[in-house]
Amino acid sequence: MPNTIHIPTPLRPFTDKKEAVDVTGGTVGELLVDLTTRYEGLKKHLYTDEGKLRNFVNVYLNDEDIRYLQREQTPVKPGDSLSIVPSVAGGVPPEPEAKADDISPKPKAKADGVDPWR
Amino acid sequence: MAVTEAPKGAAVDADLPNLSPDEIKRYSRHLIMPEIGMDGQRRIKAGSVLCIGAGGLGSPAAMYLAAAGIGRLGIVDFDVVDFSNLQRQLLHGTSSVGMSKNESSKRRINDLNPHVQVDTYETLLNSDNALDLFKDYDVILDGTDNFPTRYLVNDACVLTGKPNAYGSIFRFEGQASVFATKDGPCYRCLYPEPPPPGLVPSCAEGGVLGVLPGVIGVIQATESLKLIAGIGEPLIGRFMIYDALKMSFRTLKLRKDPECPVCGTHPTVTKLIDYDQFCGIRPEPDLSQVAGATVNDWEITPVELKKKLDAGETPLILDVREPNEYQINRIAGSTLIPLGELPRRYQELPRDREIIAQCKMGGRSAKAMDFLKTVGFTNVKNLKGGILEWIDKVDPSQPKY
Repeated sequence: MPNTIHIPTPLRPFTDKKEAVDVTGGTVGELLVDLTTRYEGLKKHLYTDEGKLRNFVNVYLNDEDIRYLQREQTPVKPGDSLSIVPSVAGGVPPEPEAKADDISPKPKAKADGVDPWR
Repeated sequence: MAVTEAPKGAAVDADLPNLSPDEIKRYSRHLIMPEIGMDGQRRIKAGSVLCIGAGGLGSPAAMYLAAAGIGRLGIVDFDVVDFSNLQRQLLHGTSSVGMSKNESSKRRINDLNPHVQVDTYETLLNSDNALDLFKDYDVILDGTDNFPTRYLVNDACVLTGKPNAYGSIFRFEGQASVFATKDGPCYRCLYPEPPPPGLVPSCAEGGVLGVLPGVIGVIQATESLKLIAGIGEPLIGRFMIYDALKMSFRTLKLRKDPECPVCGTHPTVTKLIDYDQFCGIRPEPDLSQVAGATVNDWEITPVELKKKLDAGETPLILDVREPNEYQINRIAGSTLIPLGELPRRYQELPRDREIIAQCKMGGRSAKAMDFLKTVGFTNVKNLKGGILEWIDKVDPSQPKY
């Protein structure tokens, strides 16, 4: 029986925009390997070149951090779900060069910018 | 004021400020709830919250805290209101475009509730001023949008012993928690290190649903009020993930990491550090200043591209933005393959023709170019400055976003 992995928004471009992927395996590590086999592009976001899980990528089995279980060796049961929780700085993604553009030239509030229904 | 140990139903603390008849009328819907009542409202009045940022998260948070009767609200921001802010930053209105966000915030909050003292700080939060700013507040509300400031806020909260009402948003998804309380985990317990710049996709999948920071910012305000009033179960040791598209909330367990470099048993970070350096951000060398600098052979400017096209050359212009961005503006004749789809669609591209990769500003297309080189394409260039510079220098008839 497959298990579900929840894919966070920043990684969905690599899973055909899917928010959840069904995978099979007996341990957390095997589920992740199945996932990155199906979606090759995810690999470098989850693993280092040495094949270790990157330490800014947190993986949860149900609501528990796998760092406090048996990490990738943690066994999974049918119905368990995995979540990848990457750090997200938030806000509008930075495009630093645009910063100056965003502010200047400063558009003035114009009469036609006012809500006509006000 | 201690924010975590205010017991329910405690005797009236003589030090708490009294409420005027006007305030009693204003807060009556709080006062009739026994969980808050007169004592709780007086604690809220004695309380203070420092909002880092008056943007998407800071707006709803500051407005609800003000309406709820927080005694003092601090706002740290140095930005100016832009039209593109108005889709979600409710502190600011059309008439405040071009105004400083601090000034605009003060105006809105004074109108919402004149009983609130608003203190604004027109500055970039940094390692030199953070501890000083934080020490006079009960709760710090992190509404920032970049990793260096996230780590700075966290470390400064741990060092000053102030709880951090944390929120973060990305497209349709938001996160919230309360970090850095006495016994609870901090942000570094969850993420000891930031991702290297560029590895977490951001540019390619940009944008944010306007109402999303409303949900997350109000969670941050809720937690701040609970901490100050001493009621309920704060979001400590729990990490909330909200998905607006699915309309689902999930809560994950967080633990305090005894090995945490800031809040662990043997901390190695005991004062604020250089957070840009910590996050791998270095000032970019100004290439134009380097003696003998020439235009790189892997980069082409919009003006050069225009000349090439006018001369009858037919390079393939590869637009690696998302389809919805392509709808806004485009270079005539370009081929759209979003960056995320490139690894499985690059075979569609001709190998015998020059390829010019292009995106909004040149960041994503540089990645596309690097990728194409790894799979054997040799004649690839990146359009410097992307479509924005193309519009500025070549085709001003198109809209910018």
